[in-house]
Amino acid sequence: MGYSGFRVIKEGLFGQTGWKPVWRDPEPKAEYDAIIIGGGGHGLSTAFYLAKEHGMTNIAVLEKGYIGGGNVGRNTTIVRANYFLPGNSEFYSHSLKMWEGMEQELNYNVMHSQRGLINLFHSDGQRDAFARRGNAMINQGDDAILLDRDGVREHLPYLDFDNIRFPIYGGLYHPRGGTARHDAVAWGYARGADQRGVDIIQNCEVTGIDIEGGVVKGVQTTRGAIKAKKVGIVVAGRSGQVAAMAGMRLPIESHVLQAFVTEGLKPVIDHVVSFGMGHFYISQSDKGGLVFGGDIDFYSSYAARGNLPMKEHVMDAAMTLMPMIGKAKVLRSWGGIMDMTPDGSPIIDKTPTEGLFIDCGWCYGGFKAVPGSGFSFAHLMATGNHHDAAAKFRLDRFRSGVGLMDEEGTGSQHNLH
Amino acid sequence: MRIICPNCGERDRREFYYQGDALALDRPAEDAGLEAWDDYLHNRDNPAGDTRDLWFHEAGCGAWLVVERNTMTHAVHKATLAEKVKA
Repeated sequence: MGYSGFRVIKEGLFGQTGWKPVWRDPEPKAEYDAIIIGGGGHGLSTAFYLAKEHGMTNIAVLEKGYIGGGNVGRNTTIVRANYFLPGNSEFYSHSLKMWEGMEQELNYNVMHSQRGLINLFHSDGQRDAFARRGNAMINQGDDAILLDRDGVREHLPYLDFDNIRFPIYGGLYHPRGGTARHDAVAWGYARGADQRGVDIIQNCEVTGIDIEGGVVKGVQTTRGAIKAKKVGIVVAGRSGQVAAMAGMRLPIESHVLQAFVTEGLKPVIDHVVSFGMGHFYISQSDKGGLVFGGDIDFYSSYAARGNLPMKEHVMDAAMTLMPMIGKAKVLRSWGGIMDMTPDGSPIIDKTPTEGLFIDCGWCYGGFKAVPGSGFSFAHLMATGNHHDAAAKFRLDRFRSGVGLMDEEGTGSQHNLH
Repeated sequence: MRIICPNCGERDRREFYYQGDALALDRPAEDAGLEAWDDYLHNRDNPAGDTRDLWFHEAGCGAWLVVERNTMTHAVHKATLAEKVKA
């Protein structure tokens, strides 16, 4: 079933009765060629690209909850490619190009909106750092424009430019950055994978991984044992628990990151605005709600909700940067479980168990990586070789110290990112 | 979230700096080898449930504490002076 403007009009004329569920609800089979543990954005896109790029259609995605109920539905929907270090730079560049073709590829409206992202700076030193980052982005083939104070004022006239602590000196403008409708990304990939024969099995929690002689044989689940030659772990904040089923300890600590949304307002914030010094960023959804967030709460947590001190800090930062939103009422806040690595960069790699692969460590930046991560992880699972765009996301970089990707330059250590 | 400091009593979470898993108290010997040091520096049990971690009472008495708490509920059970845990 395809989507088109014609269908929307037709369904409007016939009471919207022609729409059908866009993926099946199959019983798990006894055996698959490959199993993806985790039906989030990354797991669904992995399944989609295994089917589309590698012809692997006898596969299943096992989701312990429901599609769209995890981090893919709990993020702040920002899509960008403004990384600095080799490894991250080429990966996010590749992923952003995939975003630009996603709606056509999926025949699904994910409301990808390249409204532009502006990272603000407040000192000469920060300007130098952002100029350097912008040059790295341009060298990677992406877009970056260094704005001075007046340049920022043209885009964002409503900021407090003369804040005594953080006067605005300028910003790094990334015009191709923007947002997307996060649930639609999950639904679009689920539908695309299902159309190619992938079984998406919800309410199916993996409780064990079967390994014989160092080779993966399948998984135990709440809906019975399922055999598979290849198994991919793509479970974000729960990576530690699932990897432990295969006898692994990971370089990951799970933390809580909070996000907030206000009541719907008329269009007021046209861009994604990032105020790094205040750990604050904001955009406005198509429904009108201001969507914003800050830094992690900075203690390990699986609660999927945060505490008041970080809420207060985020609101403080909002008022420092853009006092005009002071009367907007916050409707909801929530937390996601972030799989934090020591260097703040992700992992897409094989494991010591043959046939078992892992894709994790996306920290608080996984949403924009959904297409690139699935594409690269599918490539690794299908061919056994790392895809060029994600070749540096190795698990052993922490052990060796070679190839660490510490974008913030704070050190490769837990609790620093 | 409030932490009961053995010196200062129940205090706001904002007074404390979070270091991470209390395995920092089990530092390997200098000659323990690469694997032991890699494991110590990077790998974590990362429990979903009860955990023990190190907090520094930065805006209080300046003591390092081993805090027992639950990562699913944010309940804080107990805090002990790290020097006593280590001894």
